Amino acid sequence: MSPIIETQGLTREFALRGRGLRRTRLTAVDDLTFTIDPGEAVGYIGANGAGKSTTIKMLCGILVPTNGTVSTCGLRPVEDRVKLARRVGVVFGQRSQLWWDLPVEESFRILASIHRLPKTQEKARTEELVDCLEMADYLATPVRQLSLGQRMRAEVSAALLHSPDLVILDEPTIGLDVLSKQRLREFLVDERERHGTTLMLTTHDMGDIERLCERVLVVDHGRLAFDGTIGGLSRTVGAQRVLVVDLAEPTPDLVDVPGTTHLGSESRGLQQRFAFDAEQLTAAQALAAVSQRAEVRDLSIEEPDIEDVVRRVYASSR
Amino acid sequence: MAETRGAIAPYRAILASRMRAQRSYRSNFRIDLTSSFLVGFVELAEVWVLFHNVHELGGFTFTQILLVFGLADFCFSIGDMLFGHCDELTKYVRAGTLDVFYLRPQPILLQLITSDISLKRLSRAAVGLTALVIALVINDIAWSPSAVLLLSLALVSGIAIFSAMFVWAAGLQFFLINGAEMTNAFVYGGRYAATQPAAVWSRPLKVVFGFFFPMAFTAYLPVIALLGLPGPAWLPAWLGWCSPVAALWAWGMALLCWRWGLRHYQGGGG
Repeated sequence: MSPIIETQGLTREFALRGRGLRRTRLTAVDDLTFTIDPGEAVGYIGANGAGKSTTIKMLCGILVPTNGTVSTCGLRPVEDRVKLARRVGVVFGQRSQLWWDLPVEESFRILASIHRLPKTQEKARTEELVDCLEMADYLATPVRQLSLGQRMRAEVSAALLHSPDLVILDEPTIGLDVLSKQRLREFLVDERERHGTTLMLTTHDMGDIERLCERVLVVDHGRLAFDGTIGGLSRTVGAQRVLVVDLAEPTPDLVDVPGTTHLGSESRGLQQRFAFDAEQLTAAQALAAVSQRAEVRDLSIEEPDIEDVVRRVYASSR
Repeated sequence: MAETRGAIAPYRAILASRMRAQRSYRSNFRIDLTSSFLVGFVELAEVWVLFHNVHELGGFTFTQILLVFGLADFCFSIGDMLFGHCDELTKYVRAGTLDVFYLRPQPILLQLITSDISLKRLSRAAVGLTALVIALVINDIAWSPSAVLLLSLALVSGIAIFSAMFVWAAGLQFFLINGAEMTNAFVYGGRYAATQPAAVWSRPLKVVFGFFFPMAFTAYLPVIALLGLPGPAWLPAWLGWCSPVAALWAWGMALLCWRWGLRHYQGGGG
């Protein structure tokens, strides 16, 4: 099976104007080599400015690499851009593919025409997307009147309308509330199951990675710092979730809860924090263990911060 | 035939929806139409005021300059309606719309051109067209098949030349920060120059707006050919028949600039 994305020594430099007439060069992507096979779901993470967007732009032919080669869907992105556009769907979290003053359904009709979908296929696919992403209520609403969550669902549909083999999502859940995130993630999981779509996504949300991706690529200053499974990533960096409980009355530190590490207490033990490994213990198990020892009034779960994970990968790879 | 229809369907769908969207805000659209009409009317009044004070300028009387104004302004308005949004390229770049164009299976320039249409310019085109029709009636024109041909060539080429100016400006804005300031000087300055008798231009102006940006070919030269007037130095009347050549030159330059600009944007040895 030939890979759907293949890069070889991919490099991109930008010329920056320094002081006066001197020019300096910034290497945004540095000698990046990786392959992604059809059907994979890959998280592409890194700090701001690590080179994620630059890579994506080279994958879809918007930017020309300074050095190295890239092949997407077996095509050369710059030379075969038009052919490639029929096989790739891209969601840029912060730029819209929809027409802000048109109803959602009209945007979909225009996009179907742009991709020259046959009428029957257009109808079936639109219905499928509207159904799965629960958009029926606001199909006739102009895009500019949608909430962020509604707009993002419409954006994802717009990118997937032509049933692309490869879907690239750049920060798809940025700014979304918990429910909207959840709905979008479930849809993407379903979409993969039904159509075998390949997913590549950048995100600042560890939850996206955990629920959607089997494999993670971490970039640091344009270089590949980690390539492996999400489990491997947690082991490498020891990323842990944190359970925070508010107890009914002041309690001595609960240091004996199995599978967790007591991180600290506040207000004479009214609030206590426990770290646990998501691979070994579910949040429910951790909560049950704490509840056996004290009455719990309220709780929250803190996910590992992606910035933190990335920082640890950077630290361990140096 | 079906293949061609399929290929233009995307552009038609976008343009139709743009037109619907503009007309759907009725009062807004009426205000736009009115203001656009006023702009055209003020431009015309400016010419009238000028000729109210002098009897003749560059060998032209008011009725004669009305023909130049009508032809140039009508062509410009149509070009502006169809291509005017192109010189706002920096907005497209900042909003990320240009990146979105890359994700669609059509040429980038065609997508940019067909991404919008300013129907409000119709009212300004109406001012130009009215001036043109009146001028054609009141001027002493020896009507013949060749005169009709000359006028038709001038109309088509004039629209093409002004349209090319907008594409040229778009291509240049890939390089220039706040490039609109600079390109506007030539696009809108060019429109103004096109409505004036070129005989009063200084030599550098004749080079810039006579040939490099072929503004004299949009109206002045066809008009002196049509009226049988002698041309000034460097701009003989027979050049009035060469407006299609000027249009080809303008589009060649525009497409070259666009290609350079796009290469620069992608960073592939711009």
